[in-house]
Amino acid sequence: MTTPLLSVRDIEKRYGARIGCTGVGFDLYPGEVMGIVGESGSGKSTLLNCLAGHLTPDQGEVIYHDRQGVGRDTVTMSEPERRMLSRTDWAFVHQNPRDGLRMGVSAGGNVGERLMAVGHRHYGGIRSVATDWLGRVEIADDRIDDRPSSFSGGMQQRLQIARNLVTGPRLVFMDEPTGGLDVSVQARLLDLLRGLVRQMGLSVILVTHDLAVVRLLADRLMVMKSGHVVETGLTDQVLDDPQHAYTQLLVSSVLQA
Amino acid sequence: MTDYNFAYLDEQTKRMIRRAILKGMAIPGYQVPFASREMPMPYGWGTGGVQVSAAVLTPEDCFKVIDQGADDTTNAVSIRRFFEKTAGVAVTERTAEASVIQTRHRIPEEALREDQIIVYQVPIPEPLRFLEPRETETRKMHSLEEYGLMHVKLYEDIAQHGNIATAYAYPVKVEGRYVMDPSPIPKFDNPKLEMDAIQLFGAGREQRIYALPPHTKVVSLDFEDHPFDPSKADHPCAICGAEDSYLDEVITDDAGGRMFVCSDTDYCRGRVEAAAGAKAEDAA
Repeated sequence: MTTPLLSVRDIEKRYGARIGCTGVGFDLYPGEVMGIVGESGSGKSTLLNCLAGHLTPDQGEVIYHDRQGVGRDTVTMSEPERRMLSRTDWAFVHQNPRDGLRMGVSAGGNVGERLMAVGHRHYGGIRSVATDWLGRVEIADDRIDDRPSSFSGGMQQRLQIARNLVTGPRLVFMDEPTGGLDVSVQARLLDLLRGLVRQMGLSVILVTHDLAVVRLLADRLMVMKSGHVVETGLTDQVLDDPQHAYTQLLVSSVLQA
Repeated sequence: MTDYNFAYLDEQTKRMIRRAILKGMAIPGYQVPFASREMPMPYGWGTGGVQVSAAVLTPEDCFKVIDQGADDTTNAVSIRRFFEKTAGVAVTERTAEASVIQTRHRIPEEALREDQIIVYQVPIPEPLRFLEPRETETRKMHSLEEYGLMHVKLYEDIAQHGNIATAYAYPVKVEGRYVMDPSPIPKFDNPKLEMDAIQLFGAGREQRIYALPPHTKVVSLDFEDHPFDPSKADHPCAICGAEDSYLDEVITDDAGGRMFVCSDTDYCRGRVEAAAGAKAEDAA
């Protein structure tokens, strides 16, 4: 058995007396895509932010196994280390590309920022890597010097993905990556994501309320309600044979076109 | 004269500013917050520089003020007169005679000595400000030495203009640690930041003081394939003929006529006088 990439144990985050999420624990193995679904306010995003180090959980531990195979608790690690991790080994794709991109900086600069942050100082090199990555997310070469504000929503989201994956991360956190996009653009983005995930062997934690997205991308599924995990299992198993009452409700509420 | 404390500020304030200066000297390039006072001039006219000058002046000092290289512009004249009146110190226009030099946008052409202090007026001390508007975030970036963003600005310059088009306030790295805004001096002056004199930077509105002790290592940021280039207009000075000084372009008429003259007026006058002296000696 390989060691898990990320081991989460008994995470709890409270907002005063209210529960953000509680008692969450799971192992994520290299190359695995884990979906987290649930309704608004069920604690999905709170959990994701706790895992990604944006929020400090009130209890529990998040053990990340780095490239040397050493397990480190990202909750107690020092801030410089965590920030270093989040710009090398980790990536975070926001729902709204405006949160993840620098809107005043050209597409090439956006992709290059992470490279420059880890010490690349060769303009030509940075530019060719940026061009390559724009190609991989299906953005034309001649848009490299345009600002993201001139891009469509789908292009902005693809640019955000390129910007995050350029340093070859191992673990990607995605918060509703297809939210706010129309269905055809969604389909194209999902296709692209699926290709990149398989090709780069990425591990992904994917938060969404869209069951079609997890069906396409996720190997495993975790269903959350009111801060608790109510059901876990293989994606197809959970979606085809839901056990918990809430999951049954969730699956049956999907509109059929 | 007796109506004012020496150099306008009260002694407690000077003490507070001197402490900030000492801290800045101990950590070159680090922006030290200080309780900036209201000065009898508007923000943007050098209130930071004036407070730093007031804190370092002694009655024996000789004071010089430069504004864009010139000693005779409104800003320079009024600050010089301010200290003549409130401190009664000697003033000069000659770089070599001055012991404290307050400057806006230039470093004198003449190399400064160890017994001199140069005080810069700084509008925006934070080099990362236009890339990251949050002060909490820029402070964190400084403390964790996360300076990748500074290169994003230079990248954008090259992508848009084909070369690093930042011509003033060109970011530098101090002693391999802090990235610093050298105030809006032309990048031509950046190599001179490694000098013998003490350099103090005061930002009044932003309430920050920072400093470079003598002989501090100051490196201008660049890319391996686009190295730093301290450029200047490709002309000699039309008055003194200097080819090594930073030049101002002066429009002389409505027909496109223009001339390039030394921005450092004292340097230019010194050269003209020296040439005239040499000519007089030849004739005699």
